[in-house]
Amino acid sequence: MNSLIDQLLVLVMLLNFLGLGTSRMHIAIRTVAFQGVILGLLPGLTHTLTLHLGLITGGIIFAKGLFIPWLLFRAMRRVEIREEVEPFLSHTATLLLSALATALAFVFAAKLPLAPQHQGLLFVPAAIATIITGFLVLTTRKKAITQVIGYLILENGIFIFGLLLSEAMPVMVEAGVLLDLIVGIFVMGIIINQISREFSSIDTSRLTALKEEQ
Amino acid sequence: MIYLLLLLVPLMGAFISWYIRSNLQRPRILPLFGLAHFILTLAALALRPTPTLSGWIALDPLGMVVLLTISTLYLACSLYAAGYLPSRRERSNQVLCFGMLICLSAMTLVTLAHHLGLLWVAMESTTLSMAPLIYFNRNARSIEATWKYMIICSVGIALALLGLFFLAYATLVAGQETTLLLEPLIAGARRLSPDWLNAAFIFLLVGFGTKMGLAPLHTWKPDAYGEAPGLVGALLAGGLVNCALLGVIRVYQICMAAGDIRFYQQTLVGMGLLSMAFAAVFMLRQSDFKRMLAYSSVEHVGILVIALGVGKGALPGALFHIINNGLTKGVLFLSSGNIHRSYGTKNAEKVRGLLQRLPLTGGLFLAGFFAITGSPPFSPFLSEFGIISGIFGSGRYPVATALLLFLAIIFMGMANTILPMMMGSAPREAGTIVGYRDQFFTVAPPLVLMVVILILGIWQPEPLRQLLTDAARLLEVRP
Repeated sequence: MNSLIDQLLVLVMLLNFLGLGTSRMHIAIRTVAFQGVILGLLPGLTHTLTLHLGLITGGIIFAKGLFIPWLLFRAMRRVEIREEVEPFLSHTATLLLSALATALAFVFAAKLPLAPQHQGLLFVPAAIATIITGFLVLTTRKKAITQVIGYLILENGIFIFGLLLSEAMPVMVEAGVLLDLIVGIFVMGIIINQISREFSSIDTSRLTALKEEQ
Repeated sequence: MIYLLLLLVPLMGAFISWYIRSNLQRPRILPLFGLAHFILTLAALALRPTPTLSGWIALDPLGMVVLLTISTLYLACSLYAAGYLPSRRERSNQVLCFGMLICLSAMTLVTLAHHLGLLWVAMESTTLSMAPLIYFNRNARSIEATWKYMIICSVGIALALLGLFFLAYATLVAGQETTLLLEPLIAGARRLSPDWLNAAFIFLLVGFGTKMGLAPLHTWKPDAYGEAPGLVGALLAGGLVNCALLGVIRVYQICMAAGDIRFYQQTLVGMGLLSMAFAAVFMLRQSDFKRMLAYSSVEHVGILVIALGVGKGALPGALFHIINNGLTKGVLFLSSGNIHRSYGTKNAEKVRGLLQRLPLTGGLFLAGFFAITGSPPFSPFLSEFGIISGIFGSGRYPVATALLLFLAIIFMGMANTILPMMMGSAPREAGTIVGYRDQFFTVAPPLVLMVVILILGIWQPEPLRQLLTDAARLLEVRP
């Protein structure tokens, strides 16, 4: 069982690279969706199946795997954007940084004072690597939709860490977190739509009207 | 029961407002629900309801202080909205009314939540429900402000979630039952794993600090406060800021019960001083009066966080300052909305003769300026004085001196911008179009808030004093 979980977590980390390295928007959205589905399956593998767990699994797969990608695809169609062009930092450079971060995540996780039952598991390095990848996407890309994808990768990374302590998060709170995420992406989709209408582009590097006057 | 009413009444209002067709009638229900919420808050203050839902929902004195501030401010804002929105008939206010009431419910939940996971969900809901409000003016600048607000605050609050996970993990490593309920966490704080607690503190401070606008995480704040309508600015600066501060206070309660507290105290004082320094620098030559108010908000969260970091004698003043800062920001933002509408600009250099054109609004803005910079006889003077004497009392002379220095710089910076606005002669209005003039519904709400601040500066009612004492007791370090 443990080896299956480890393989899935490795897959999550590989998907980070795909999401970071691709310049095609629809591949990036599908990557995050796939990552979300894997994360939805993980709680079912680490704990014995109960009604509570079934609800969470269903909710996560529906939200992260279907509904949020649907929202993103809808936003993408409306603003007619297919590719990320000229990021602040090239795809190769960010991939190298992400690979470095993933390697360091393993070193760092080994030094953390983890609970004995969690030592040697891939959860913590996978969480750190995914969080850093999310930050890289958020900070180096210009398109508003790609920044949302970065935010989702970051959220996925935090979620992986949360898997270590699912007892502390009752089902009501988990549902609330998911609902907030969905509403958040929905609102961001609306703003993206308005940005494209107002600026005829969703390039956020054009959002520079507001600053201190010298 | 009263908990349920406090949460459901605004929610009900939100759905009713959504189904009212008339753009003119819709804002009129806002004060109705604002008043209902205010009465319920006073009832809760008198009744002191006991915790329910196995400790998840409880109204302790700390939550009460914040709830009282939010409810009072909200009542004023809703009255203002009833006068302001009909004058902007061309723009649909459906989303704004809906968002305002949803946000009130979410802010109330923040003050009631004693389960940190629930608190997080409520906090994120306040962020989301405010986004469409900032975007009310629907122009390029407000879209930019909304986008920055959305991305920065969402990432910040996501990091706070990671901090919560670390906190739960600290209980796991300590071999306790994993929980995020506040009371068991405080009770078991001494046995929590210190490394994980430190990590949790940092992430939670960064997360909630982003929402509060602590420097250097404040970058979204001048943009959002500058572009949002005045009444939304008031809700952001007096409502959301205090909710986020309550989040920090909850974390503080846990950390103060842990063994070694020096790290937490020093971090808080450092971030507070940095916030004041940023505010001082950017207020010295600020020509946009709404952005200036945003930096004033950065300054005051700085003061509050310093007071938390120093602890002991500074705490009662800090709790009183939560109320005073919230209400004074209400006066300033609501009157700045009037100025903006009358002159059609946010540039302070183009606003002249304010006392002549808008005597009431101008007078309120001026009084609000004196109040927020800590001049007597207004209540912020008392609370700031309490904080500073508390800092001196605990022997932190360098901190107190720096704080006084920043206050002086900020006073001069604000005076430089605001005083010239009052004097001179107002520019002539083009042709026959006469701009906004003082009206009852847009002047009375900030006026009432101003009167409250003046009264609190001279005399505090006994229940309030009792509430502040009780709340300060909850924050004391327990050896």
